[in-house]
Amino acid sequence: MAKILLEMKNITKTFPGVRALDNVNFKVEEGEIHALVGENGAGKSTLMNVLSGIYPYGTYEGDIIYDGEVCKFHTIKDSEKKGIVIIHQELALIPEMTIGENMYLGNEVGSKRNIDWDKTYAEADKYLKMVNLTESSRTKVKEIGTGKQQLVEIAKALSKHAKLLILDEPTSSLNEEDSQALLDMMLEFKKQGMTMIIITHKLNEVAYVADKITVLRDGATIETLDAHGPEKISEERIIKGMVGREMTNRFPKREGVKIGDIQLEVDHWTVQHPKYTERKVVDDVSIYVRKGEVVGIYGLMGAGRTELSMSIFGQSYGNLLNGTLKIDGKEIHLKKNDPADAIRHKIAYVTEDRKGNGLVLSQSIRVNTTLANLGGVSKHTVIDKDAEYAAAEDYRKKLKTKTPTVDQLVGNLSGGNQQKVLLAKWMFAEPDILILDEPTRGIDVGAKYEIYCIINDLAAAGKSVIMVSSELPEVIGMSDRIYIMNAGHIAGEMKASEATQENIMGLIIGRGQ
Amino acid sequence: MNTKSVSKFLKENTMTFALVIVIIFFAFGTGGKILLPQNINNLFSQNGYVFILATGMLLCILTGGNIDLAVGSVVCFCGGIGAVMMDKGISGFLAFIVMMLVGTAIGVFQGFWIAYMNVPPFIVTLAGMYAFRGLSNVVLNGYSIGVGDKVFLDVFGGGADCYIPDFIGKGSGFNITCMIAGILVVAVMVVMNMKAWIRRRMNGYKTDSAAAEVGKLVVLSAVILYLTWNLSRYKGIPTVLLWILGTLLIYHYITQKTAIGRYLYAVGGNRKATELSGVDTKKVFFIAYTNMGFLTGLAGVLTLARAMQGNPTFGQGYEMDAIAACFIGGASAYGGIGTIPGMFIGAILLGVINQGMSIMGVSSNYQSVVKGLVLLVAVMFDVISKKKE
Repeated sequence: MAKILLEMKNITKTFPGVRALDNVNFKVEEGEIHALVGENGAGKSTLMNVLSGIYPYGTYEGDIIYDGEVCKFHTIKDSEKKGIVIIHQELALIPEMTIGENMYLGNEVGSKRNIDWDKTYAEADKYLKMVNLTESSRTKVKEIGTGKQQLVEIAKALSKHAKLLILDEPTSSLNEEDSQALLDMMLEFKKQGMTMIIITHKLNEVAYVADKITVLRDGATIETLDAHGPEKISEERIIKGMVGREMTNRFPKREGVKIGDIQLEVDHWTVQHPKYTERKVVDDVSIYVRKGEVVGIYGLMGAGRTELSMSIFGQSYGNLLNGTLKIDGKEIHLKKNDPADAIRHKIAYVTEDRKGNGLVLSQSIRVNTTLANLGGVSKHTVIDKDAEYAAAEDYRKKLKTKTPTVDQLVGNLSGGNQQKVLLAKWMFAEPDILILDEPTRGIDVGAKYEIYCIINDLAAAGKSVIMVSSELPEVIGMSDRIYIMNAGHIAGEMKASEATQENIMGLIIGRGQ
Repeated sequence: MNTKSVSKFLKENTMTFALVIVIIFFAFGTGGKILLPQNINNLFSQNGYVFILATGMLLCILTGGNIDLAVGSVVCFCGGIGAVMMDKGISGFLAFIVMMLVGTAIGVFQGFWIAYMNVPPFIVTLAGMYAFRGLSNVVLNGYSIGVGDKVFLDVFGGGADCYIPDFIGKGSGFNITCMIAGILVVAVMVVMNMKAWIRRRMNGYKTDSAAAEVGKLVVLSAVILYLTWNLSRYKGIPTVLLWILGTLLIYHYITQKTAIGRYLYAVGGNRKATELSGVDTKKVFFIAYTNMGFLTGLAGVLTLARAMQGNPTFGQGYEMDAIAACFIGGASAYGGIGTIPGMFIGAILLGVINQGMSIMGVSSNYQSVVKGLVLLVAVMFDVISKKKE
């Protein structure tokens, strides 16, 4: 048996109100590629942040034993000195600086008081060659594509003499070709004796590179699988570990709702990334939703769900390349970047990012409730405070928002109640079509149930509801029909009654039904 | 050179070309008066404070478009302290030290709130702007206090008539010391550049073509020699010019060749990424504002010396001149972009416009309008050229 390079023992990390990691144990052997898999929020990135010193020693419980000694990392620098280098999911490069400047940021060549730029660039070029990049290190980062930027990140890690390289979703922003090249490079590094940890959602990648697979779920280690063991590890086997939670009756029944005609129909919808125009974030998507129907859109982070929703909502994201949008059978052209136009056509988009894009936290419930439809409480553009108060109060009662008064600041509410205010805001805009993006993200189970009830009421009132979610049980439990989205495409469509977690996950990793 | 590299060259040096055009415009507009030795001399000696303050301001702006509104008041406050001390018979040297320390301490104070308490720089420095204006009045008791310390005035360019003495060609009407200094500077510059160029070639590092390198040196040498020749025909090197050049050179080095310089750009370019590279970004903000205080102290010293008195109204609007010089000189309002030479060109451009319009007899009201438009156009240009990318 090979030497254990890294052992993380009984790691527990809590954030205010959340236990992100709960007694996690994790072992990595020297010279292997170890995949860390799990759903969003399972604690993968948190675990790696603990390892690399981003969450310094003392803010977590448990021990990190690396190369035979117990380590107490206080900063990233400490872990890097030991050869543990992490490459973050979001590219951490500075676009206005050259490749060489980026690679040696915080790690300057020569002395701190006299950087030797010539040597910096010469060294950087050497490492760029190792990752098969032909660009000069004097090129600015903004001038190269995302695939190459990822390679620069790897070159940067190599320049720090990495012994244990951690790649957090390294292919999430790459196309297929670049992803493949990156995985092959990992195998090449392995031959040279490097140890690597890869965090990924893509199980085909796991199967391709990983020697060991550790599954995390809800902040706990579920199991570690050996890819070379006697038992062949199928993707189903990994999925089972990832989603294996019990399904109980967490979803209120929707009864007697009559599903009507098609209300919204989107055809061949193709949307380009606003900055990297070579990337199609939504690619030839066709979906529809009927009156009184709840349609789920499931996909992992980065599948293009939010981008699809926002582009339908008045093209508030990206550039629409192709596609038609029909409401009640009539083709509609919504103006680009104009949510007001979408609201006029009775479309509402309830954002996943309620604090950033949804609510004005420094304002009251009353002000937030009427924000998208001030006309509803105004006469000749003058706001009628009494009418506004009445409207806010009405929705407070309807949605059972827990607050002493609607003059309470939204920032002081709990997540679940904030979500209700956000829903109230859009319900007050009186839409026919509601796109709910992760409507229950980050709120507790009880509040979730209440949100589900609201969704059922909306459907019962004949509204068309699109619910975007990355929680499988929620999608299956709440929808009438489910679209599965992956890498910008619709990977499949199924009735909720036919859906299981396994066959949805199967579609995501591209193996058909 | 192909068309692509020509357009890149033009783009990278837009403000330099703008400066040349503006100078040509005023050369005609003023009937050549703007190119008289005396006016070239005044361009530097009158704007000394702009160069010093804009240097500090540039470092703050690099961290993310952050500015320091307090510098005008702090210049006045430091100057007031120095004036009172020398009035009480304390030596100019000691007064200088105290002024620098007070400036730096104010920088530390503001930097603490900005870097470690997360108070927005705009608010912290706006507070400083009020507070130190008030304190200047307190220190000076509302009066202006004259400075008579001969050594202090001689060293820091006191009065409108302070020059490096002409050791060599005494009283010949042409300042030989100044001319020789200019020639020496050019010689040193050429030798150092050529040496570095050859060393890079030998080590196989990337270099500009020989023609481009020679061309660059010829143009720079010509400009330096032209300026020193004109200064020699007037009264020689204004003392304050040495302080300006010293500051610019040191800070050019810091921004280009040291780790802290790099971090200033990095923080402004992407703070998160910088943090993940193991850089203490709070410290970077702290250093930027502490340094601003230090340079404000120096600007206070120079302003006090030039005016030969401390006055509670001094320094008003200085912050805006410094900020404008940085932005006109190509610094990005979002941080991460900007250089000392760029800022230098920006400051000169502002100075030339000021002076040209004054000579032409444009009323100061319209001068303000023109300055405002120049700033707007310069930043607009920055934003548009970004968008195209």
